[in-house]
Amino acid sequence: MGPLLVLAMLSYTIRRLLVAIPTILLLIVACFFLMHVAPGGPFTSERPLPEAVLANIEARYGLDQPLWKQLWDYLTNIVVHFDFGPSFKFKDRDVNDIIAHGFPISLTYGFLAFLAASIVGIALGVAAAIRHNTWIDYFAVCLGVAAQALPNFIMGPILILTFTLWLGLLPGGGWNGGQWQYLVMPVIALSTSYMGSIARITRSSMLEILHSNFIRTARAKGLPEYLIIWRHALKPTLLPVISYLGPVFVYVLTGSVFVDIYFSTGGLGQSYVSSALSRDYAVLLGVTILYGALTVIVNLLTDLAYAWFDPKIRY
Amino acid sequence: MSVLNVQNLCVHFDTSDGVIESVKDISFKIEKGQCLGIVGESGSGKSQSFLAAMGLLAKNGSASGAVQLDGQEILNSPISSLNKLRGKDVGMIFQDPLTALTPHLKIGQQMTEVLHVHTSHSRSDARRHCLDWLQRVRIPDAEKRLNQYPHELSGGMRQRVMIAMAMLCSPKLLIADEPTTALDVTVQAEVLDLISELQEEQGTAVALITHDMGVVARMCDYVQVMRLGKFVEEGPVDSVFENPSHEYTQQLLQAMPRIDATHPIKVQSTPNLLLDAKDIKVHFPFKVGGHLFSRSVPLRAVDGVSFTLNEGETLGIVGESGCGKSTLARALIRLIEPTSGDVSWLGKNLTQLDKNAMTQARRDLQIVFQDPFASLDPRMTISDSIAEPLRTFRPELTSRERRELVQDMMNRVGLDASMTNRYPHELSGGQNQRVGIARAMINKPKLIICDEAVSALDVSIQAQILELLKKLQAEFGMSLLFISHDLSVVKEISDRVMVLYLGRIVELGSSTDVCTNPAHPYTQALISAVPIPDPKLERSRERIRLTDELSSPLDPKAFLRFLPSKIDSNEIDYVPKLSEVAPGHFVAEHDNVV
Repeated sequence: MGPLLVLAMLSYTIRRLLVAIPTILLLIVACFFLMHVAPGGPFTSERPLPEAVLANIEARYGLDQPLWKQLWDYLTNIVVHFDFGPSFKFKDRDVNDIIAHGFPISLTYGFLAFLAASIVGIALGVAAAIRHNTWIDYFAVCLGVAAQALPNFIMGPILILTFTLWLGLLPGGGWNGGQWQYLVMPVIALSTSYMGSIARITRSSMLEILHSNFIRTARAKGLPEYLIIWRHALKPTLLPVISYLGPVFVYVLTGSVFVDIYFSTGGLGQSYVSSALSRDYAVLLGVTILYGALTVIVNLLTDLAYAWFDPKIRY
Repeated sequence: MSVLNVQNLCVHFDTSDGVIESVKDISFKIEKGQCLGIVGESGSGKSQSFLAAMGLLAKNGSASGAVQLDGQEILNSPISSLNKLRGKDVGMIFQDPLTALTPHLKIGQQMTEVLHVHTSHSRSDARRHCLDWLQRVRIPDAEKRLNQYPHELSGGMRQRVMIAMAMLCSPKLLIADEPTTALDVTVQAEVLDLISELQEEQGTAVALITHDMGVVARMCDYVQVMRLGKFVEEGPVDSVFENPSHEYTQQLLQAMPRIDATHPIKVQSTPNLLLDAKDIKVHFPFKVGGHLFSRSVPLRAVDGVSFTLNEGETLGIVGESGCGKSTLARALIRLIEPTSGDVSWLGKNLTQLDKNAMTQARRDLQIVFQDPFASLDPRMTISDSIAEPLRTFRPELTSRERRELVQDMMNRVGLDASMTNRYPHELSGGQNQRVGIARAMINKPKLIICDEAVSALDVSIQAQILELLKKLQAEFGMSLLFISHDLSVVKEISDRVMVLYLGRIVELGSSTDVCTNPAHPYTQALISAVPIPDPKLERSRERIRLTDELSSPLDPKAFLRFLPSKIDSNEIDYVPKLSEVAPGHFVAEHDNVV
């Protein structure tokens, strides 16, 4: 890459990040109002609180203020103090705490699952395409379909049954600072179905590329097969895979509620779902903003990756 | 010893429909420094025989027979030993230069890797050697090209890169598979010149696979005519062209429209003005610059074209790719909104019509597109496609009347009644184009625009479609706007011809005037670049060469390529005027360049 190109990419990144600010603001406003439209509140329960007590609590959390005022306070708190407010459900914990505790856990097993899914998936897909219509191909296709057919909430119990109850090799749950024994099953459970899709996309993309004219040219030049695959075919093969990987990266972090429940990992997925059910406004909004920002960044990275994979794409 | 000696080569493909024999027992030799032409239409097996020889067949293909390269048997050798020959002893160039280079690798990388696998050149030596070859194939700014990606180069330039890459190891044999089919005529002429120079200088044997008898006449010493997997005729070029003994060779030669042929001129009784286009402009916004601030400049695709078309007349529009001929046609009938200008159609101004009135007017304004298969709805039977304009414009017809009209039209365009319920994928390209013509003709329109309507077809099919269009025109009296990049085809069918260069008319006149008496240097260069299927004539002709390739329409100087005096006097925005050099023969202002 020449210096001009780096400059172009840099200015593109800055432009995209500037656009991200109103996007996230809009996300906050929309979520804020949607949450309040949903019936009930954080302090409604089967056994109603005495009215005076309820009024007291609501005043303490500022819920007696008009909505726009609540939104304004919320936003200024974030911008000025980077404070996402206190949890309505867990006394003495605020949202910053909950995220700081849960997010590193989600990030760790989510990222590992992402790596496992992409590396194994791509390798499987490439192998299947190179050995098209041989047993390797059939094996990869079967494995891919099987992996895709097993969602993580089925994989979870199966893994625990096998590795913990029958074989007794791995602990059945917990986090324990992220020791590898505690990571194996969450990562497998989370990655398999994405692995299957990635393998399938890679395989069909590679098959198409292997039939293209420039591969014929490479063959006519007398290049050995491994060079043809590695230097000529791989990059264009991965273009459609990348567009799938971007959203997957965000999913593996958000979709981990089952992992959190089955393996008691304590990640953010569980807090997210429970906060939505219990109308814990502050936690729900905080986590949503986090995922929103993550999505924006991952999309940007995907677009930058495109430019690296395909020189025709310039911003 | 022959460079390549092929004996009893057969190629089979295993498909789900059974075994297909695509090459049936062919034998031929190529001597050192000789150019062998293999000529035939699509599907004749001409490419497959060479792919088989080099072990490049698709996986379901298999070959038998014997192929010797310099006395060494190579057919069905293991890949590892073939890899030592490919790119080293045998160079190959293919038809479509746009897709033949790896898009994400720089030109330099793609070239040096050939030297890397076949020679022991050091990195810098390899680079120097590549640069040397790029200069030999006359690529301007060769040094810069090494660091560019394929998409930054034009089609002609990419084909030169392919040739340079194929020649890097000075191969004994160069296999050129339709090397110029996707290129403009002037670029084709240069690429062909280049190949024959290399053949002479390096003593390389050349196998030239083509469908174009004109290219064979220009290039080859010996020719093999191939049909349905077999050679039907072979011999030295002169004798085959002079005395074609096989019926198929005669057909091929007859089907080729010739730029030097003479046609009887249609006499028009009372010219009745149908269409009057005035100063048509189509500009597209084009983004330049790009970091934080980008601005858009107009790309002038069509820039002030005026012409008239009479009832029953055929006007041919020619020009090279990017000259705006298709854009002009689409702007006329508002498939693209023209940026400015007026189109007067039977006294009405088309550009002013509202949506409903325009839809009504479209009944008389029909168009036939280049790709016959892609321009039909794959989910509709061909009779439904043909009947669709009837449903739109004559909803009062009963389904029975409609069916009869469709049958009648299918009959006229030469489609068998048994095809009524077929789908486009079940028909050949030529048949699909007949469907396209039937669909356009069904309401008996006053104007049909043929946008490269025969360009994707084999020569013999092309001749049939041209014949059909002439027949229908004689019958129904519609006018034709016939757009093509192929000057000899345009001449064959048109009464008048318009030559476009970068969105402007450079010459307009009767087809005989323009083709036999071209007044503008661009027209002269175009005509001299068209190969004539007659070896003696073709080789003795003097070629008028333009110095550079078609320049970018974003470069204002490109518009004054034939009027450099105005660039010198700094009048960049000057628009060359058309002047009438003979009655009805208009030529754009130009200096005596070339």
